[in-house]
Parts: sequence; structure tokens; C-alpha cells
Amino acid sequence: MVEPRFRRDGAWVGASVPRREDPRLLAGRGRFVDDIALPGMLHAQFVRSTEAHAELLAVDLDEVHAVPGVVAAYTAADLDLADITALLDRPAHEFVPTAMPVLARDKVRYVGEPVAVVVAKDPYAAEDGVEAAVVEYAPLEPVVSDLGALAEGAPLVHAEAPRNTLVDVSLFATEGIDDVFAEAHTVVEVRTKTGRQNALPLETRGVVADWDDRDEQLRVQTCSQVPHQVRTVLARCVGLDEKQVRVTVPDMGGGFGQKCVVGREEIAAAAAALRLRRPVKWIEDRRDALTAAFLAREQRYVVRAAFSADGEILGLDADVVCDMGAYSCYPFTAGIEPLMASAEMPGVYRVPAYRVRGRAVTTNKAPTAPYRGVSRPQYVMVVERVFEKAARALGIDAVELRRRNLITVFPYTGVNDITYDPGSYLESLDLCEKTLREEGWFSRRSDENRVIGIGFACFSERTGYGSGAFAQRKMQVVPGFDISEIRMDLNGTVSVTTGTLSHGQSHETTMAQIVADRLGVPYDRVKIVQGDTDRITYGWGSFASRSITIGGSAVAAASVKLGDQLKEIAAHLLSGDPEAAVLEDGGVRVGSSWLPFAEIADVAYLKAHLLPKGVGPGLAATASFDVGGDGTFSNATHGCVVELDPGTGGVEILRYVCVEDCGVAIHPQVVEGQARGGIAQGIAGALFEEVRYDEAGQPLAPSFMEYKVPTAMEIPDVRIEHLETPCAFTENGAKGAGEGGTIGAPAAVLNAVNDALRHTGVELDDTPVRREAVFRALEVTR
Amino acid sequence: MKPAAFEYHRARSVSGAVGLLTELGDEAKIVAGGQSLVAMMNFRLARPEHLVDITHIDGLAGIRREGDTLRIGALTTHRAVEKADLGDFAVLSRAMRWVGHLPIRTRGTVGGSIAHADATAEWCLLAVLLEARILVEGPSGRREISAEEFFLGPFTTALEPDELIVELVFPRPAPRAALTEYADRKGDFALVAAAVDLDTDRIVLGGVGPVPAVVRGESYTGTTVRARAAAAADSLELRDEPGISAHYRRGLVRTLVERAYEEAARG
Repeated sequence: MVEPRFRRDGAWVGASVPRREDPRLLAGRGRFVDDIALPGMLHAQFVRSTEAHAELLAVDLDEVHAVPGVVAAYTAADLDLADITALLDRPAHEFVPTAMPVLARDKVRYVGEPVAVVVAKDPYAAEDGVEAAVVEYAPLEPVVSDLGALAEGAPLVHAEAPRNTLVDVSLFATEGIDDVFAEAHTVVEVRTKTGRQNALPLETRGVVADWDDRDEQLRVQTCSQVPHQVRTVLARCVGLDEKQVRVTVPDMGGGFGQKCVVGREEIAAAAAALRLRRPVKWIEDRRDALTAAFLAREQRYVVRAAFSADGEILGLDADVVCDMGAYSCYPFTAGIEPLMASAEMPGVYRVPAYRVRGRAVTTNKAPTAPYRGVSRPQYVMVVERVFEKAARALGIDAVELRRRNLITVFPYTGVNDITYDPGSYLESLDLCEKTLREEGWFSRRSDENRVIGIGFACFSERTGYGSGAFAQRKMQVVPGFDISEIRMDLNGTVSVTTGTLSHGQSHETTMAQIVADRLGVPYDRVKIVQGDTDRITYGWGSFASRSITIGGSAVAAASVKLGDQLKEIAAHLLSGDPEAAVLEDGGVRVGSSWLPFAEIADVAYLKAHLLPKGVGPGLAATASFDVGGDGTFSNATHGCVVELDPGTGGVEILRYVCVEDCGVAIHPQVVEGQARGGIAQGIAGALFEEVRYDEAGQPLAPSFMEYKVPTAMEIPDVRIEHLETPCAFTENGAKGAGEGGTIGAPAAVLNAVNDALRHTGVELDDTPVRREAVFRALEVTR
Repeated sequence: MKPAAFEYHRARSVSGAVGLLTELGDEAKIVAGGQSLVAMMNFRLARPEHLVDITHIDGLAGIRREGDTLRIGALTTHRAVEKADLGDFAVLSRAMRWVGHLPIRTRGTVGGSIAHADATAEWCLLAVLLEARILVEGPSGRREISAEEFFLGPFTTALEPDELIVELVFPRPAPRAALTEYADRKGDFALVAAAVDLDTDRIVLGGVGPVPAVVRGESYTGTTVRARAAAAADSLELRDEPGISAHYRRGLVRTLVERAYEEAARG
């Protein structure tokens, strides 16, 4: 257990208490989707397109039905399901929707696209069945890159999307910005292309579905970050109403955004279960997870920045193109990446003039979804490269140049119409630099015999997107709020619902800590109910670092309401003043008297005749929470030290320091875990992982031999320092902590690599950094 | 990623295994550690109808020193070699850290690696470098094949379908030899691997052709390590390939040969 850093005397919030999840998970007694076995359960696998772009002439499943063990096989025509379509409320020149069929009809648009589903008595027979399918294609020319998509005369992935453009939005264009650039002392430009990545949860996607005659319900156990959205889409696709679908989520081994959109396979497997009236399980294998699951992050930036002679940033002019693959994801649409980049790019700096165009193009590659950080790892990297380049051009130290431009007076309303709540932008930079200096890295950097570089990244991250913030994106489905229902039962135990959903973030512990403080009970008296559409009022699940900021606020508010009920009843029973009642030690104190919750619950349920007039039986309350303004901004500075090997082009990270500020940390150890895991994924993007395709659109990384996920051998130990700027408008003072690690790492690593290359004249701005490029840059000086 | 159906056979002796291979014909495959074959079966890239499991054969695992000769049984795991104290054959133990990750080294076998014949595999390089002989048994008895004649192409060897590798025989100590590699991630198959033996002036390279490539160093005797490394690199015919140019690969050869020489000299 790490020492609690923020713990107030006696409080649960701020203490790194033992995780409630650990006993079962560490003993292998968790229950994940693949652990579920129902009587008579069948197994689904998918016939997937082998073509990147083709007309689908015929899907012949006759041979499939003859394979021993195969029970059923269905094409799109057999299942006749409604399409999955995500919408933005934007005009046609800004947004073109795509209808994503559950199984491909008429046309296939990427290798791996599901064409038919095979259901068999075991997963082996299901794969035998898949092999027996005969699919006839008429190949079309594939679109395999963003530039290819935008080229004159390019083939169209969707006939309705000219120039293969799904989103084309110019959110900001400060008047007179061209003059700003024309008159500026220095203008720098960064051109960057970032590699396509897979969010790669350790647990691949999967589902178990069965029809329950007694409840007249399709029961779906799926590993999703958004069970209510799965319910809504599934009900619509198969033609049931919402009450006829129950989606529950067991333990999950990560999601990182890949599971915060609705997947085609979970719908198809559930539809098969409905038709067969037998349980059907689908577990995505790793090959499919690497080639056919939702991907992310392939973006191209051309960004110019204008600076005055003394290093003041005067303007930012950005063109962003995101390669979103074959379809828009539900509910976010293909706008998720370009709109995030466009809205937030000025970030932590006082940028007076800003112009941006953000586009999403469609290509014949697996579709994309949000992935931890969503565009912020990319635009932060680009903006941080801007500062490094400007520092060189101006002859000013890069850290000093950042200091001159960071937002220091809060609240600050930026050129991007966002109001930033207080953070520790300058303090985190100062502490990060000081830490690396005191550890001696700057003197090691000067060693002539070694090739060492130091890089920094400053950023803030909007967390707790409320309905208002998402509405600005013009999503037709607007997430934001959360609703919590709390109940005290006999013995004074508490159960509380949250519309958020832990898929590895420890909410059973952290939400319980919040309730424990509000009610004055130990956290192990609190049970968290999550991930069940029958038991929880419509929720938005967990993504965008929203769980503690929004879900935790709703849980806190519901706890306060329940506490008020307890106080009222106790005051009546003790003949005291409810205003003088306080919650204390698992009971209510009124003056010198104290009544334990168990006795209050006893009255509320078993002796209701003793309740005060006007107070009904039971102990329950509901509260909701939404963020009214622009959300709350976590911030951090990352510092990275790399050493390059001139003989091989190898890149080794020698040191990594993260100074983070997520307001009040509910559980510091969990926050540190989030930072470490996020940094590992950010390093992966900067140095290792890339989903590549050949010219025919065939994926080149179908296994972990080709998709180079870094291991513990490549990821350094990370020193984490905490600053705390509490949020004024979330219930617990907390800001989101889920994504920051991923956001800062690519910039810090890339800046460090370029700092190490400072004597070569070579700058590398694309990720992942190619070792051959490093080798060639250093070769001349060897 | 579930394999196609196959029949499982468990061999209890080498002759029993050979008997099964003879009886079952071309569609039979030996399985030992399964670190390459099973993955290929899961991808359905390999679909043998029969698997002959040799892991229950007594006496196939183990390391024996006989005078100057070192004999390593086919079922010996990489990990067992890594942990063994091999004296003037210590290059073998040291090289094992390059073989995959610990779980792979714990299950994968020396014989399996040789039979799989990946051109960058450490055992293939070491066998060629140290002029090992591969002892195999077939229906007509045992024979020895020299390592250089054993590897015919990528994943292709001189082993007949009804033969089983019994032992790897290293004929003489190599106190001044080393193997080193480069890959972006530790544990990956090498982009380039280089092994050298100062006593024979032999250089063997992986990742530069279909089989481990031998560069005989006699002609460079007396020149500097750097010059030898450059000469070895320049002697190769390399092509640009997706993601890696000939120029970069040649550069890696130069670096790694140099580093292998340095490590070998340290002993």
C-alpha cells in the first residue's frame, strides 16, 4: 500500500486502502465473460471479409451447415437486422453518416469485416464452419491511406461521401490570423503522421447472450464500457423494446475506449441466440482483436505557429486529418478524433489566435473508436514539438519558452471558447524539470560519449465532460450526466448504483470510499452496483475520465440525501433537532445521544409505525449530477530521458518522471496505476505499436510478432509526483485521472529523441519512431 | 485461433516415435515444447493430422560432457541450458537470454528450435558457428548431419519426415565465442543476429538470408575488429524489404559483429 498523500484526518477519500476487487481477482476468482458457461451454450465465430474493398456477390453457407458440430450459420439476409448508425447534428457538408450493417451486405469495406456468423457446439467446430463458407467477391480498388482517400478521383468507400470525407469542420478561425502570421517574428511548422494503433485491452471483446422465457428478455453479458448503449442499439437492431433486453457486465480486463462503442459482433451473437433460443457465446480471438476490432489514432497534422521575438506565441493554424477507417462508431461517430483535436488543441498555452480545420476520412481499414486520450496524445505531441522547434529557432530554452506561454491565471477562457478551471500548469513544469535536474540527468545529457536527450510535455486534459460539453460536439446522442440510487438495508449496510462502470479502474473501492466519508461508515459496508441495465437507471458507462468526476459526484450527492433521511429519522427517535444531527461512526449523533444506522434501518423497515409523520418507510435516495460548464481540467508535465544507440538506432528510456494533478485523488495508488498504465500505452504509440496495411489493404500485423506491444522489458519505472488543485465543482474535488498518462507520453518521448538528435540536424516528427531513421540520423556523426 | 482437428499420439521411446512417424506418414508432426508449432496450428497455418508427442520419452533431455564434446539432448529446454554451468561452452548459456521470453525458454526445446529452422534462431546460429553435428534417428538407424548441411532454407531442413532429432553434438569447446542480436523489442526474433568464434575466426549471421550465413574470417586475420565487421557486412547481398532497407540491415551487421567480437574477447 502506498502512503496516502492526500488523506484528511479520518477520511476514506485520499487513502490508498486495500482494493475491494483484489481478493477475488488475485485468487483467480473473478468472473469474466469467458468464464461464463450456460447449459446448452453454443459458440459463435465470424466469416470475415478477405478483401479490403469489394462488392459482395454471394455468401454461400451450404457447406458450413454440413460441418460436424455446426448448429446454424447466418448471413445479413438471414438475420435481417437494422444497421448501426451514429449521427451528428451537423449539415451535410460537415458530416456524412455511415450505416454500419451488423453483417456486411452488398459490399465489404475492410479485411476482417463480418460477413456471416457461424454457431457451433464448440469454438473449434465454429472455426471449421467458418472455413467452409464460400464468399464471392468482385474486388474494387481499395482506399488505404488518408491521402489516398482525399486524392482526386479516388474510389469511394461510401458512395454518399464525396472525397471519402465523413467530417469536415472548421471550428475556429480568429479574424486577422493571416496578418498575425505575416507579421510574426518567427513561424515554425510541424508536419506529423501518427501510426494507427489498437487500444488492446488484455481481455478481448466477447459476449454471452441467451433468451429468458420467464423474464421475456434477451440477457446479454458482455464486456462493454457502455451497457445501456448496447441495450439501446441491440433492441433497435433486433426489434425488441428496451425492457426486453438486459445487458450486464461481468469483470472486465480493460477497455481503453475500444469497448465504449457498440460492436457488430456482440449484436450478431445476441441475434443468433434470440433466433436459436439457446445461449450463444462469442469470444474474440487475438487475431481478430488485432485486425477487426476498433482501432484508433491514425492522424496527420500540418500545424504552423507564430511567435514574437521574445517567445510569445501569437497564433496557431492547424489542419488535422484523421483516418477513421470504414465506418462511424456508435454513439460517437467519426467526428470523435477531429472534433476533439479541433476543440482542445491550444491546450495549456495562451494562444490568442487560432484557426483549425478537422477532417475525418473513410478508408478500407477496420473502423476506429475512441482510445484513451482521444486525439490528445497526438495534438499535445504536435504542440509540444512546436514549442521545441520554436525554442531552437528563437534561441530560447524550451522549458523557459513554455513558462512564458503557460496559462497561469485561472479561470482562463481560451481562444477556443473553453474555460479552464484552476490547475498547476507552471508548478508541474517547474517540479518536473527540477526533479530531473536533481537526479543528474542534465549533466549526463552533456556526456560527449553518449547520445542522451531530455524531453518534456505539458498538457491539460478536460475530464468530466457534461451534457453541455458533448452537446457542443453536436452529437445526436448526448452523454454527460450520471444518476445514482442509494439504499440502506438492515444492519446499516449500503448499496449504491452508478451509471459508470469499472473495467479495471477499482470503482468498487473508490466509489465506496466516497460513500463512506459522506455517511460515516467503513468502506467495506458499502456495495457498489454497476453494469446492469435492469438495476441501474440509464447510465453512460465509463469513458472520457468521467467516472469519479461525474459518477462519483452523483454517488456523493445521493449519499448526502440518504444521510439527511437518516438524520431526520434519528432526530425524531431521539426527540432532538434534525438540524443538530450529525453522521458519525456508523450512526447519527444528536446532542449527547447516538443511534446506530442498524437501529434506524430497523425502524425504517420493520417498525415503520415509529417513523416521523410524513416520512415513508425505507431508506433510499436518488441523485443525479451533470457538469454545467466546460468540465474540469487535470494537468501534468511529463519528463523523459532517452539514450540512442548509434550502432543500431535503438532507443532506450533511461528515466521517466510524471508530475500530475488530478485534484483530490480518491485513492492515490489507483491514480498512480492509471498514470503508469497510461504512460506505457503512450510509449507504445511513440516507439513501438503500429497497425499497418499493405497496398491491397491487407493488415500486416495480425499477431503480437508484428504488432509490437512493449513489454515490461521496454517500459521504464516511472517516478510520479502529485500536485493537488482541487476541483471547485465536482462533489469530491476530484478531476479525472484515467487518460493523462497516455496523453503526455508520446510528446515527452518524441521530444527526448529529438533532443538526443540535436547535433545531427535531423528531426523526427512521425510516430512510431523508426529505428532505421534514428540509425541514419546518427550514422553521419558516428 | 483454434487448431483444426488432429490426432494425438504419445511416444514412449525414440524408436516408438520413429515408428509412429513411419506409420503415420507425411501428415504427422513431432511436438515437444510447442512454442512455434502450436502457435502456427492455432492460426491454422500448420494443420498436421497427427501430433506425436515426444515429451514423455526418457533420456532425450540433458546435457553431457564427454571430453571435449558437449552433447545436448533434443528435449533439453533453453532454460536448462541457460542455467547450466557449461565451462568453456558458456557461450551457449549466455546466448539463451536472447531466446524469446522466460516462459518460452522454459518450454521450448533445443531440438524443436533446430527442427523449426528459423534463420534467425539462436540455436541454428550456434550450431553452424560451432560446427555442431545433429544426431537423428530414422527407420534405418541413426546418422549425423553437420549443421551447415542441415539447414536448407527457411523452415526447411535435411531431416526426413520419418526422422527424429536425438541430440546436438558440439565437437569442441568455444571459450572465446559470443552471440548478440538486435530487435526493437527484447525477446523478438532478431532483425539481425551475429555470432563469432575468435578461435576459428568464423562469423555466422542471422536475418541476412534463408539460412544462417557463414562468413569465414580467415582472409581478414590480422585486421582490426572494425575492419572485419565492415568486411563481413559488405560481403552480403541484401535487398531493401518493407520496413527495413538493405543499408540499415548492413549497418546492423557491422555493429553486431563488432559487438560480438568484443563480447567474445571478454570471454
